[in-house]
Amino acid sequence: MDEYKSGSNLEKILRAGHFAFTGECGPPKGANVEHLKEKFAHLKGMVDAVNITDNQTAVVRMSSLAASHLLVHEGMEPNFQMVCRDRNRLAITSDILGAHALGIRNMLCLSGDHQSFGNHTQAKNVHDIDSMQLIRLVTNMRDKGRFMNDEEIDVPPRLFVGAACNPFADPFEYRVYRLANKITAGADFIQTQCIFNMEKFRTFMHQAVDMGLTEKCYILAGVTPMKNLGMANFMAKFVPGMDIPDALKKRLKGVEKAKQAEEGIRFALEQIEEFKQMEGVAGVHLMAIEWEHKVPEIAERAGVLPRPTV
Amino acid sequence: MIVADRKSLEEILAMVREKRKILIVGCRGCVTVCNVGGEKEVEILAASINLARKTSDQPIEIDTVTIERQCDNEYVALLKEGIGTYDAVVSLACGVGPQFLSEAYPNQLFFPGVNTTFFGGAVSHGIWEERCQGCGTCIIHNFDGLCPIARCAKSLLHGPCGGSSDGLCEVSKETLCIWDMIVKKKMEQGRLTDLLKVIEAKDWSSARDGGPRRSIREELIP
Amino acid sequence: MRLSYPPEIKVIQVPCTGRVDIIHLLNALENGADGVYVAGCLEGECHYRTGNLKAKKRVGYVKKVLAEIGMDPGRVEMFNLSSAQGKRFAEIADEITARIIELGQSPVNKREKAKAAV
Ligand code: SF4
Ligand code: SF4
Repeated sequence: MDEYKSGSNLEKILRAGHFAFTGECGPPKGANVEHLKEKFAHLKGMVDAVNITDNQTAVVRMSSLAASHLLVHEGMEPNFQMVCRDRNRLAITSDILGAHALGIRNMLCLSGDHQSFGNHTQAKNVHDIDSMQLIRLVTNMRDKGRFMNDEEIDVPPRLFVGAACNPFADPFEYRVYRLANKITAGADFIQTQCIFNMEKFRTFMHQAVDMGLTEKCYILAGVTPMKNLGMANFMAKFVPGMDIPDALKKRLKGVEKAKQAEEGIRFALEQIEEFKQMEGVAGVHLMAIEWEHKVPEIAERAGVLPRPTV
Repeated sequence: MIVADRKSLEEILAMVREKRKILIVGCRGCVTVCNVGGEKEVEILAASINLARKTSDQPIEIDTVTIERQCDNEYVALLKEGIGTYDAVVSLACGVGPQFLSEAYPNQLFFPGVNTTFFGGAVSHGIWEERCQGCGTCIIHNFDGLCPIARCAKSLLHGPCGGSSDGLCEVSKETLCIWDMIVKKKMEQGRLTDLLKVIEAKDWSSARDGGPRRSIREELIP
Repeated sequence: MRLSYPPEIKVIQVPCTGRVDIIHLLNALENGADGVYVAGCLEGECHYRTGNLKAKKRVGYVKKVLAEIGMDPGRVEMFNLSSAQGKRFAEIADEITARIIELGQSPVNKREKAKAAV
């Protein structure tokens, strides 16, 4: 495996054995490019790649493809997210080709939150293919140079392909098998859902290591710093598949309100420290939701700066 | 069977607002079984409309009839006598009924009195649930008899998604996650390996996506 | 003991309130009753187990119909009492009559004298 699959920065970092550090940025609810660029600026030099979310929680935003392209323009590297909720296989395929053409080299394959969570609840959902089949589709395009219908592609797109994994959804015993399936489908890397329940995550990683999955795929642990207790309560209640232990809520409750943000960051830093040591974890995916300006501080205090170049 | 819900009285009253003489047609098929468009419900609707119109001093003449099946031209033909003399005909059959009626009696105005919802059955008295979406290529044997096409909110062939929690779907606390059921059943029966593979994308051309469908049975065509 | 109840009330006896259907209640109103009330056995004491509970749900359905067409849902009601409570029956009769008088004549039947059916 000498040749890179896509040659993205993220791929090179992981292949070189560095502890990867990725960030995330949600496109604006409008065409406000200036604001988006401000958010990008906070992340520049701090992370190896930036996930650009795709109508996250089914709230409509600027297209992830366009925002990813804007990021490329800023000399940064996007991880273009794509959900199966809003596109059929034709749209998916053409967006993949377009992504490659626009200089995008990483892509994350997702099913997508149900539209009932978002701001267009009357929408028709697509789900022509699911995230597993999306991984297959894009890796076949890249590796076999073939469309889903087996027709040949004139210049196949080259993307480093990621998938999501939520170790905290049910049934827990099955989660690691579903992860294995995504790797079988062709995922090069995995970014997990935000981790708060460390106990459960350790168990999950043990299983993944035992099954040899971490040798076939890079696993990036998802970290989200809590801004305050309210955010913890909100996420526990409204974000699907979120496991927020009472101990963490207690910890946030234990400090006065003005200091809860710092406490949230401290918890995230402790997590990152543990992930650096944890067998099978190849990096951290930091999802500082609408808190991009805190990323430099977190990266600094986590000791992951400067980011390596390969 | 096909399951339906009665449209609100308000909506039906609006449909027949200007009408002086109407016919309500029930069906003894599925809608009788799911208590929405049988003889009894026809009478209740007639009485409700009548009451509403009496109280607003706009009396209306209402006839009622319930036929064997509105999706069968043989029975639809039996309505021939009176049809044409009504300002409107409200059908309480599934969406198929008022269409067969409209096709048979092109000069008569028809209204649907129910919202046709799904293919399913009663899971307990008074509660019906969806089971099938008529995708045209049944694959439930691969999932131990549970249909992820109709019963997963995302029609996933590789579930459960990250939103599955405590056996419930991320969509609502009232909806079971069918993928939780599939996985648990496979585990119990020692057939988990069935799921550890990437299933080909579904061919939706046999579903509604392929256009209106038609079944032909040569041996029955005279 | 003989108790009297208002003469405007017409009593229709049924073996069990489970026999009272939505259509019966609606028909009574269509035919000009100013109100209809169903007097069933106490909950949990139905001789046929759930007749009175079914009746309650049907009364609930008719209330919804009335609300939808702009008639006061209070024109139909369900009461529960045991067959030994003759006095209670008379009280309920007075109560419902007072309520119907308050609500006035049914809009179906404005010109006629207020009527009620049980
Ligand atoms: S697989 Fe298709 S045909 Fe079979 S139950 Fe599901 S929707 Fe119906
Ligand atoms: S929670 Fe279960 S049923 Fe709901 S969308 Fe996800 S996999 Fe499908």
